[in-house]
Amino acid sequence: MTIVAETTSSATELTMAAALNRALRDALADDERVLVFGEDVGRLGGVFRVTDGLADQFGEARVFDTPLAESGIVGTAIGMAMNGLRPVVEMQFDAFAYPAFEQVTSHLAKMRNRTHGHVQLPIVIRIPYGGGIGGVEHHCDSSEVYYAHTPGLRVVTPADAADAYSLLRQSIESPDPVVFLEPKRRYWNKQQVVPSRGDDLGRALVRRGGTDVTLIAYGGPVATALDAAEAAEQEGRSVEVIDLRSLAPFDDETVCASVRRTGRAVVVHEASGFCGYGAEVAAQISEQCFHYLEAPVLRVTGLDIPYPPPQLENHHLPSVDRILDTIDRLQWDESRPAED
Amino acid sequence: MPSRTAATQAGTAAQGLLPTDVPISLIDADARACSDDDWKMPDELRLLKLYRGMVLGRRFDSQATALTKQGRLAVYPSARGQEASEIGAVLALRPHDWLFPTYRDSVAITARGVDPVEVLTLLRGSWHCGYDPYEHRVAPQCTPLATSALHAVGLAQAARMKGEDTVVLVMLGDGATSEGDTSEALNIAAVWNAPVVFFVQNNGYAISVPLAKQTAAPSLAHRGIGFGLPGLRVDGNDAAAVHACVSRAIERASAGGGPTLIESMTYRIEAHTNADDATRYRDQHEVEQWLARDPITRLRRYLLDRKLLDESKIDALDAEADTAAAQLRERMNADVPADPDELFKDVYAEPTTALRRQRAMIDAECRAGAA
Repeated sequence: MTIVAETTSSATELTMAAALNRALRDALADDERVLVFGEDVGRLGGVFRVTDGLADQFGEARVFDTPLAESGIVGTAIGMAMNGLRPVVEMQFDAFAYPAFEQVTSHLAKMRNRTHGHVQLPIVIRIPYGGGIGGVEHHCDSSEVYYAHTPGLRVVTPADAADAYSLLRQSIESPDPVVFLEPKRRYWNKQQVVPSRGDDLGRALVRRGGTDVTLIAYGGPVATALDAAEAAEQEGRSVEVIDLRSLAPFDDETVCASVRRTGRAVVVHEASGFCGYGAEVAAQISEQCFHYLEAPVLRVTGLDIPYPPPQLENHHLPSVDRILDTIDRLQWDESRPAED
Repeated sequence: MPSRTAATQAGTAAQGLLPTDVPISLIDADARACSDDDWKMPDELRLLKLYRGMVLGRRFDSQATALTKQGRLAVYPSARGQEASEIGAVLALRPHDWLFPTYRDSVAITARGVDPVEVLTLLRGSWHCGYDPYEHRVAPQCTPLATSALHAVGLAQAARMKGEDTVVLVMLGDGATSEGDTSEALNIAAVWNAPVVFFVQNNGYAISVPLAKQTAAPSLAHRGIGFGLPGLRVDGNDAAAVHACVSRAIERASAGGGPTLIESMTYRIEAHTNADDATRYRDQHEVEQWLARDPITRLRRYLLDRKLLDESKIDALDAEADTAAAQLRERMNADVPADPDELFKDVYAEPTTALRRQRAMIDAECRAGAA
């Protein structure tokens, strides 16, 4: 592993979109093999402006617009990575990444295995995902499990601007292909960010300590979970919040250590519940922490419906109230008396 | 209304992109030299190399089919009858060029220098392609149709970005041209002016479906003009013509002229694979017509007529092919131990915690089974 000295940068207030932009800029500056391409990422700077100014700074040879063809974007990125480059490509929206599905599942995820380790594909596919922005159809999907279910892919999703910077830098340096899911409703949230690469790809983070129950979330709903924890505190319940950050691999160690301490767990995500990521988390907790549990693992998820229209999306998205209600259902009265 | 100038410009840009009415041919089915002012016959040395490559390739192919019948290969898609296309194209590659083959291109891959046992690793039933793609610059044999065309474009474009003179030859079948990735690859290659040669072996059938049900275009080479790249049609059973076309397309790409689409008109003599029954969808009469256009017989007659080959050389080459096939048979008959540990090795750069646990479980099961 190459150890690169961290540049000492002071804290700056950045939105998540600006932090991602900064990460791409620094990666392009640090490594000439890095390329950024996709639809409208050049002159326009991307529909969310995440690539704003990069084409001007690094030239159209390294930051460029492609024909409107998602399979083509991922497929050509694979060929470029085979020839030693490190493409970072953008899918414009979650549901617009589906045309690339075969390239992702049959080639990107499997090339290392198909070539007995001879060919590695250090590619990052950036995908703005999820709802909460009043988007029209095909613009708000939570498509994470399609990728997380595929061996060979890393699936990463930041919940705030600081992680957006750090996790994107680490993803670009990863020897494995990474599907990097950006919760678009957090793009404009500001935060003091010290641009720091970090070395914790694949690890979850305890965002808030607590003793009564563990909330497990990722991406957009992490902020909702933190709000719910704050509200629960007012009601006298101490809630721990874990931000998974990496969906594949799953950091069961951090999650299970927390649940063994609290004895209760709720998984929160905005994707539909059926066969959703929460099902996997609940199963892992049941398998590994059964004797520590005071209640079944519960889930707060999106409904099992296609993503709803803007005026109804609040019914679909996990809310603070729904999380609090779910915490209330964790068999508090039936629990065994505390042993001390 | 479009202006007359715009119409003229479009007309000028389109020039040279359409294929000829008759496929390019240098040696006809009766082994006579065709006069073609536009195309030069490869020199004697090249012709002899093409002949040798086809003879070795066919013997390899028939040996692979035999090994499949003996259960030594899981499946084998034969390229019998397509040797002129396979060899004519691959021998046009320079050492620093790349080949992106499909599952039907084992003959081309062996001609590129990859060990035949390694070539057959995948079809033997392994999970990996069997060879290091970087050693001979041969991508893994691609099973999903047309997807590799995009990889070829990306690799070629990366070479250009890095200032390398590398041209990529990607092989496709007629069926694969219906896939979206073929269209995306042709389009992107043309927009980027990428150094790629798209080599479509039109062997008449996609498993059982004839070309007429695949496309309504006048020819597959006609698809080039819509994307802005030249489309050539060549007699795919004429090794000399295939070689000349692919060589020129490589020169053109190498000089910065961009991609070319070549449709090589040939025929799949065998069924799709050993698991297929071709009698359900085509007449034996049709097969016999194509047997009469055999690419090896054709070039042999041409070379014999010009005293570039004689019976003793033919016999010597056949003996060489038999020896190689015997060696292949012997090596393929050796059992390869399958190590379950290997299943976890190359999923990620480092096995995840979950994979390490699963590997330990398999190890324990194996130990219990052995005890």
